[in-house]
Parts: sequence; structure tokens; C-alpha cells
Amino acid sequence: MRPALALLSVMLLAALLAPWISPQNPYDLAQLQLVDSRLPPLARSAAGALRWLGTDDQGRDMLSAILYGLRTSFAVGFAATSLGFAIGVSLGLAAAWFGGWVDALVMRLADLQLSFPSILIALVLLAVFGQGMEKIILALAAVQWAYFARAARASALVERRKEYIEAAIALALPSARILYRHLLPNCLPPLLVLVAVQAAAAITLEATLSFLGLGLPITQPSLGLLIANGFNYLLSGHYWISFFPGVALLLAVVAINLVADRLGELLDPYRAHR
Amino acid sequence: MLAYVVRRLAQSLAALAFMSVLVFAAVYAVGNPVDILVNPQSDQNEIARATAALGLDRPLAEQYFLFLKDAARGDLGKSFAYNVPAIGLILERMPATLELATAAMLIALLLGIPLGLWAGVAPRSAAGRTIALGSILGFSLPTFWVGLMLIMVFSVWLGWLPASGRGPTTMLAGIPVSILSAEGLRHLALPAANLALLNVSLLARLARSGARESMQRDYVRFARAKGLSERRVIGVHVLKNVLVPVATVAGVEFGSLIAFAVVTESIFAWPGMGKLLVDSINVLDRPVIVGYLCIVVVLFVAINLAVDLLTSWLDPRVRLGADA
Repeated sequence: MRPALALLSVMLLAALLAPWISPQNPYDLAQLQLVDSRLPPLARSAAGALRWLGTDDQGRDMLSAILYGLRTSFAVGFAATSLGFAIGVSLGLAAAWFGGWVDALVMRLADLQLSFPSILIALVLLAVFGQGMEKIILALAAVQWAYFARAARASALVERRKEYIEAAIALALPSARILYRHLLPNCLPPLLVLVAVQAAAAITLEATLSFLGLGLPITQPSLGLLIANGFNYLLSGHYWISFFPGVALLLAVVAINLVADRLGELLDPYRAHR
Repeated sequence: MLAYVVRRLAQSLAALAFMSVLVFAAVYAVGNPVDILVNPQSDQNEIARATAALGLDRPLAEQYFLFLKDAARGDLGKSFAYNVPAIGLILERMPATLELATAAMLIALLLGIPLGLWAGVAPRSAAGRTIALGSILGFSLPTFWVGLMLIMVFSVWLGWLPASGRGPTTMLAGIPVSILSAEGLRHLALPAANLALLNVSLLARLARSGARESMQRDYVRFARAKGLSERRVIGVHVLKNVLVPVATVAGVEFGSLIAFAVVTESIFAWPGMGKLLVDSINVLDRPVIVGYLCIVVVLFVAINLAVDLLTSWLDPRVRLGADA
């Protein structure tokens, strides 16, 4: 847990501070020199700057590109998961609370969606929406809502029978208030683990879609797009252009998954003492 | 049993109908394919002619019913890009995808189950811990990146295996396959390994937790008390109980292998229907996108039904439809 949490914190911080800590602004064309293109790791650029992780075909410093890419990947993952969480949890709570046809409709829809792999759903949605930052966030959120809805409904069904809910009902509080102020906070712990797992899944899925050329536009390169660009030079042996962005992606996803795993153990008293 | 199958088929048809409306309405919104297909310098008349030729000038509902009517006869329209029937185009590529997915599933089963058993029987040993950790890593590895790294190591650096294409195919019962020739197998190796990766981890994890649980059960203690060799206890008694959940998950995962083949096929230029889908999305080739989705939905429905039947056959305690 500790090393994973530390790694995740460092990566988040690096992504957040990318414009200030990266050696160059990788998307300011004035700073790119074609003579520097495809330098191997640890080479020096024509101007004498050390290129730790090498440069790409346009002479862009890979370390800087990765830091900016991490920023984009984290931002997309965070935005998509938040949106998916908001929609899914609202629908899941509503399903558990109102029951009847609301429950049936929401859950049948979730079941139907969950019977297809997420990548297929995302591909279709992107085919419909087209490319762009908001569009991929929407597509990823649409993939995720069903997981949140199902988990929120399951824990809300248990919680709603408890006495504090009965008390809230007896006070004649409006449904929305009971749902969001009383029910939701008590359903949160298992959902938090799911948030982490889904954020990692969203980051991977976004990278995969961008790699296929169906995700983010070239103006906002995420890690997936950097890897896709490197693919063009892989066969000529310039491995670093796609290798290092992939390592960054892997580290981010592993760190999030390990933290989620440990979080699950901490929050689940049965798992912790096994 | 029969009643269950009939009800499941009815549900599946409803799901199929629902998906077809959804997919059709959605894909209709994908922008105007005429813009891409017609020479940008053509005038209004030419554009109108092309639109009419593709039937895109009719109302959406009419287009949908025409689509349904044709789909019922197995005609999903002509591909805008290739100008041949979409369904033929997809079916032509399907064997390649199924071959790839089957090979990946075999690798996952043959590698995942033994590894998982090993880790489950000896969870505290170094090997057990390594396998458990490795399977977590396997889950987190971005599949497409692993594909690139496989190409880098085995094609570029070592030069052992080809990086793209399917190689020569041999006809088997009228279907072209790669597995019958050494060259074909060499082409299959990297994509299949890449596609299998996620499922090796998944099945190993599943087998591991199943084996750990089984090892503490009375029947294992009894089998040992009977004086059976450890090999027989694990290879027969534990394995049998581990296989039930593994079979279920492996069945369902076969569907996701077909879906994830989209990525693997794009990396390794494997001429399957996944690569066709990505290409079609890029040129807004509607009939092919809709056709692919219809075929995949049918495949998934069939796989899920088969898995349910298989589970009840493997584990007599599972009663199908008992709760409905």
C-alpha cells in the first residue's frame, strides 16, 4: 500500500505540475528542433539539454511529452469516473429507493450493457459521437455508470432497512434529501473502491481508444496517442518513443489498482483479517 | 430445461431487437458518409445522386424498416466503402477473428489453470506469491502496449516471429485457417499471446482462489486420508471443483476476446473483423458497423446461452430457471 500510494501521489503531482517541471513545453513548436529528432535516451540535444528518455520524430523531449500525457490521461480518467459515478450512483440509489418499474428499467438496462465488453460499448459510442475530449469523457462515463449503479443499488438495498432511514422518513424529509444526505454517505465505502478500480480502467480504455485513433485528437496527446505515434518507429528499432509512455501508463494503472486493493481490505472487515 | 431454453431465446431476441434500434439510431447520427465517399469537388447534383443511391435521403424510420426487412433476409446492405454486401465482408473476416480468439483462449486455459492451481495449493511458497503478484500485474498491463513490446522483442530484436499479417492459410472444410502450417502458426503466435494475456491472469486468479478454498474442504482431507497421492488429490479432486467457475468465466470471456481482438488485430494487422470495424469507423461505413454489431450481439447471446447450459451440466447443483 505505502509504496503504491507514494508512487501514485508522485505521479499525480508530476502530472499536475507538468507545465512547471517538464524540461520543455512539448507542444510549443518553436521549442522543437528537427535535428533533435529520434534521439535515444540520455542523449543531448543540439542545444546541449539532456534528453533523459530520448526524443520523438519531431525532436520532442519524451519526458516532457509523458508528463503532459499523464496530465491528459489522469484528467480524462478523473472526469469520466466522476461523471459515471454521479450518473450511476444516482440511478442505483433511485432504483433501490423507488423499486418497481424504476428499479426494473434501470437494472435491465445495466444488465444489458454489462453483458457486452466495455471496449465494444466505447467504440460504438465514439463512432457515434466522433472525436474530442468531451466526447471520450462521455463515452467512458457511459461505459462506467452501470457498474456504479449496480454497486450503489446493492448497498442501498441493505442500508434502506436501517433505523436511521426510518427516522428520516418519519421526519417527512423529501426523498432527494434522504437519498443524498442520509443514504448515500452510508453507501459510500464499497463505492470508493469501485471508483479507484474504474478510474484505472477508464485510463487504460482511453489509452486503448486513443491508440486506435478513435480517442483524443492529436492536439491533446494522452499516453495512448504517444504510444501510437511510437508504433510508427518501432520497427526501425526506436523503441523508446512508445516504450516509456507505456511504462508511465502501466505504473499509473498498477499504483491505482494496488491502492484500490488495499482500500478494499481496509474497508471490508471480513477481508482484512483473513 | 426446454422451457428455459425457449425463454432465454425469446429474451435474446428482445435484446437483439433493442440493440438493433439503438445501434441503427446511433450509427445514423455518425455524420454524413457521403462527405467522405464523394469527391470533395463534386457539385450539389452529384452529392444528391450519391445520397439517393445509398438510400440516405429517406426518413430515418423508413431507413430502419428497410434495414430490418433486408436484415431478416440476411442482407445488411452494401458497404459504402467496398461496394459489396456488408454481411459477406464481415463473414469473410470472421474465421480469422475466431481462430485468433480460440487460440488465445486455449493459451489462457492451458497456462492460467495450472498456474492458478499451483498458486492456490502452495499460496505461501515463492512461486505461489510470484504467480499471485504476476496476475495482478497482468490485469494492469495495457494490452495494446504489451502487443507493441512483443513486436519489439520477438520481431525487431530477436527476429524470431513475424510482426504482422496472417501468413499463408490452408483450407479446412472450406474455411481458411492459419493453424495448419508452421508459417501460419508463427504468424499466430504473437497476436494470440497478446490477446491471451488478460485471460491468463484472470483464469489464474480464479483457479487460485478456487484451489485455496477447495484445499480446506473435507473432501480433500478425506481424499488424503484415503491415502491418495497428492498428485491425484490436486489433479482430480481439487481440479474438478475449480473447473466449474473457470468454465463459466472462460465461456463468457470468449466473447470479450472477440471484442478485444479489435485492438490486437489492429496492432498485428490481423485480417479479422475487428480490424474491419476500426477501419469502418474511420470512414463511417455504416452498413459494416451495424453489421458487425449485429453479428457480435448474436455471437454473445449464443455464447451466454451455451455457458449457462454448460454450467448446469458441469455442476448439477445449478438449476436453470429455478429462480424465475
